[in-house]
Amino acid sequence: MHDQPDSRKREAVFQIEAVTKVYRMGEVEVHALRGVDLELLAGELVVLLGPSGSGKSTLLNILGGLDTPTSGRVLCRGHDLVAASEAELTRFRREAVGFVFQFYNLIPSLSARENVAIVTEIARQPMAPEEALQRVGLGDRLDHFPAQLSGGEQQRVAIARAVAKRPELLLCDEPTGALDSATGIVVLEALEQINRELGTATVIITHNAGIAEMADRVIHFADGHIVSDERNPVRKRPHELSW
Amino acid sequence: MLWRELWHMRGQVLAIAVVIAGGVATLVMSLISYAALDSTRDAFYRDHRFADLFVELTRAPESLRLRLEAIPGVQHVESRVLGGANLDVAGFDDPATAILLSLPDGRNSELNRLHLLNGRLPEPGRDHEVVAYDSFAEAHALQPGDRLGAVINGRQRTLEIVGIALSPEFIYHVRPGDLFPDFERHGVLWLNRSALAAAQEMEGAFNSAALTLRRGAREREVIDEIDRLLAPYGGHGAISRDDQLSHRYLELELEQLHSLAVLFPAIFLAVSAFLLNVVFSRLITTQREQIALLKAFGYSHLAVAGLYLRMVVVIVALGSLLGSLFGLWLGSLLAELYRTFFRFPAMEFGLPPQVLLIGVAVALAAGLSGAALALRRAATLPPAEAMRPEAPPNFRPTVVERLGLQRHFSQPTRMILRNIERRPLKALLTVLGIAMACGILTVGRFQDGAISHLITVQFGLSQRADLTVTFSEPRPGRVLHELEAIDGVWLAEPTRAALVTLYNGHRSYRTVVEAIPAQSRLHRLLDDQLLAVEPPDEGLLLNDFLATTLGAGPGDTITLRFMEGRRDEVAVVVAGVIREYTGAAAYTTVAQLNRWLREEMTLSGAMLAVEDGHHDAVVAQLKELPAIAGVTDRHSAIRSFYDSMVEIMLTFAFFSTLLAGSIAFGVVYNSARIALTERARELASLRVLGLTRGEVGYILIGELALLTVLAIPVGFLVGVGLIALIVAGIESDLYRVPLIIEPSVFVFAGLLILVASALSALIVLRRVRHLDLVEVLKTRE
Repeated sequence: MHDQPDSRKREAVFQIEAVTKVYRMGEVEVHALRGVDLELLAGELVVLLGPSGSGKSTLLNILGGLDTPTSGRVLCRGHDLVAASEAELTRFRREAVGFVFQFYNLIPSLSARENVAIVTEIARQPMAPEEALQRVGLGDRLDHFPAQLSGGEQQRVAIARAVAKRPELLLCDEPTGALDSATGIVVLEALEQINRELGTATVIITHNAGIAEMADRVIHFADGHIVSDERNPVRKRPHELSW
Repeated sequence: MLWRELWHMRGQVLAIAVVIAGGVATLVMSLISYAALDSTRDAFYRDHRFADLFVELTRAPESLRLRLEAIPGVQHVESRVLGGANLDVAGFDDPATAILLSLPDGRNSELNRLHLLNGRLPEPGRDHEVVAYDSFAEAHALQPGDRLGAVINGRQRTLEIVGIALSPEFIYHVRPGDLFPDFERHGVLWLNRSALAAAQEMEGAFNSAALTLRRGAREREVIDEIDRLLAPYGGHGAISRDDQLSHRYLELELEQLHSLAVLFPAIFLAVSAFLLNVVFSRLITTQREQIALLKAFGYSHLAVAGLYLRMVVVIVALGSLLGSLFGLWLGSLLAELYRTFFRFPAMEFGLPPQVLLIGVAVALAAGLSGAALALRRAATLPPAEAMRPEAPPNFRPTVVERLGLQRHFSQPTRMILRNIERRPLKALLTVLGIAMACGILTVGRFQDGAISHLITVQFGLSQRADLTVTFSEPRPGRVLHELEAIDGVWLAEPTRAALVTLYNGHRSYRTVVEAIPAQSRLHRLLDDQLLAVEPPDEGLLLNDFLATTLGAGPGDTITLRFMEGRRDEVAVVVAGVIREYTGAAAYTTVAQLNRWLREEMTLSGAMLAVEDGHHDAVVAQLKELPAIAGVTDRHSAIRSFYDSMVEIMLTFAFFSTLLAGSIAFGVVYNSARIALTERARELASLRVLGLTRGEVGYILIGELALLTVLAIPVGFLVGVGLIALIVAGIESDLYRVPLIIEPSVFVFAGLLILVASALSALIVLRRVRHLDLVEVLKTRE
């Protein structure tokens, strides 16, 4: 039932060429990325696997406009992110990327609806906060505050918040890292459904190799470069995953 | 760990220490200058045998001195001759007057001894030799050897200054009836008793006496006995030190210092207690895990609390040290200011160790009470619970939003409102802290406007004479025509003043009844709306202070007893109450007072209106007239007062601005800094989600901005309250400062608070730039 997407027909949302990132930690230079080339296509769901310190988070930060590479090119639909100013990066995050964090990072003083609204209020063509929450199955929890929601529910609010702006790219950093497996699957279901229904290109960073099977494409990271980039023949539904 | 933690939050530590320092500094400053002034005065009184009682009379034979001394309770009596002179100082055209007091021939007096600063006392038989009071000599740069022209009892004399001295009787010296000292136009001269007695026709007699009392003497009974004894000799009624003018001013000054020593430190230390509470609550929240770890390692609750306690103590110690040094410096400045103002030969300035102890103890008490709740939380936190991060805080829509206004607020505004509502006490204390700063600013600025108002009302609306003439003794009415005849005088109005005691039931008050003409143009009496009130043909108008003191109001009948002339008693009706900011006088018409005194048209002085450009010529002519005891030029008195006040007011305004600024900065900076640590993660998350720095800054600072804006009107109320307290505290029969606050005072205070808040907010906002966006993806709080 899940067709393998035909990559040749899809346009590239992100193009990354020869990206390196060197941090300076005191006297020591840390090479977080050592020449990464990557194209992310519209609508594809990518899982990025790799051990801690392999550079996957650095790549995610660069994709999300939180960090700039030391060298190389990063293009989002033709716009160069490397040369972008701080203000341009802020606008890029505001309009083009949705973030889902490991620890949800909801605003405790705002209800679920308001946590989404704080982003839709400043976005260009957002969906209504209620619709976004509806999509993650929280249509009946609109006026609950974070303290009144379970971890999984909080993470689904975070997903609604990330997608309500209709981003080009959804970046998820260990979205199930703080959840038990049953709850984690519910969250992954939400991500999968969003990706399927809205066609938002989605990158999920995880330690958890089990999650890889729900992806269109699985990229393995080690020592600051891509060691493998494979396409799954079949994309599994999250509830079919073994954890 | 202690020092590392403190260094880590050095900005906040410093901000709190500065506020504590403000409290300790004002406390130390007030206490040491109070102690210095108090002990200097006591020492000066003791060394120069300042008398306990004073009495003036028309004339009594010298033999009466022994009868005064025989009154039980009286230790020593010194009789003297008191007179007045119009002076002619070379190079000074304005009218100047002096009190003349006798010294035993060739000797210093027994009581109220002179403190010679320069030169010597008059030698026996040298009738023209005088000792001049220091302030007067200084105002005219007079030295021993200089000469003065003087009209004494109508006769022109030339006096030679042989000495310059101070006296405990004239530490603060104003001409009777004046509000402010005017050293150029009024002085005190001492000369040999025989010389002054000859000039005043007082040989073998006296018209003034100073007395000391034995320990345990009953002052009231002695005074009654003196008054009874002196009644046939025109006694004006004995007064105790408490009613002696110079002593009263000093007392008032000491009282003000004392209230300063309580009020300002209290405000500062309350604010610092609040700041310590806020900062330590936050610190303990962020260090839950560390606390848990220490406890898991076996540290006792007490040991953990002790760790934070030591931090509080270090901050308080830092503030106390800064404050003590600053207070010591301020106190020495203030003591020196008092020394020159009151002309003490030397200031007994010391640092009583108990002052520092009080300062540190009070600061420590404030610090500990502020931090107590936070410390208790640290001590009682169970280790297992401390290991877990704190549960997400509970929020709900605010009252304002539930009223249906929600749709008008953006999400950031809702965050601001909900944050305030969730911690209402903290918000309230923040508002109060900023309001205190705002209040202190209004206090620092109000005097200028209030005193301008006082002068405008008292010397602009009410007393309008250009020159006021006082006769050495009551004169017949025709003298007025002589004054009117002076070229340049376009209006002369008579005045008649009489020393009286007023009685209402058990209350009594010694004062003067001042009589002015009906429909006077040169002295208008004003009601509380500042509308003119005519002096009544029958009855008496009391000024507001006198009415309150006597507990008498319009329609009441009070008893008036004259302290001069035939000493009659009359029952009079209070016709009304007028507003006056100076003195405690009663008013009637000249005709009425003449009737009460059973005299023909008689005046004791006159008010003159002088044509422009004729002032100097009129003064010159007045100096030639006999029997004129003094000429007061109100305009120059006001000018000289302003000159001397400007510096004091500016200094006070400067310091209060500095102190209030430090409070405002301390409160706003600390609140903003804590808000930043508390919400760094939230704010960074919002930055990641695409909110701009400005939008995030709004969320961070909006809460404080709102609280600051709320605090300003509260601060105005605090200011009005403090000013009312101060005004009530310095209210006396000498003067009352009106509770008038110029709008500009509020504008200034409000603006300064906004600026101080904005500056401290900016310092914190700069940190928003450095929020670590990457870190928030990783960590949980």
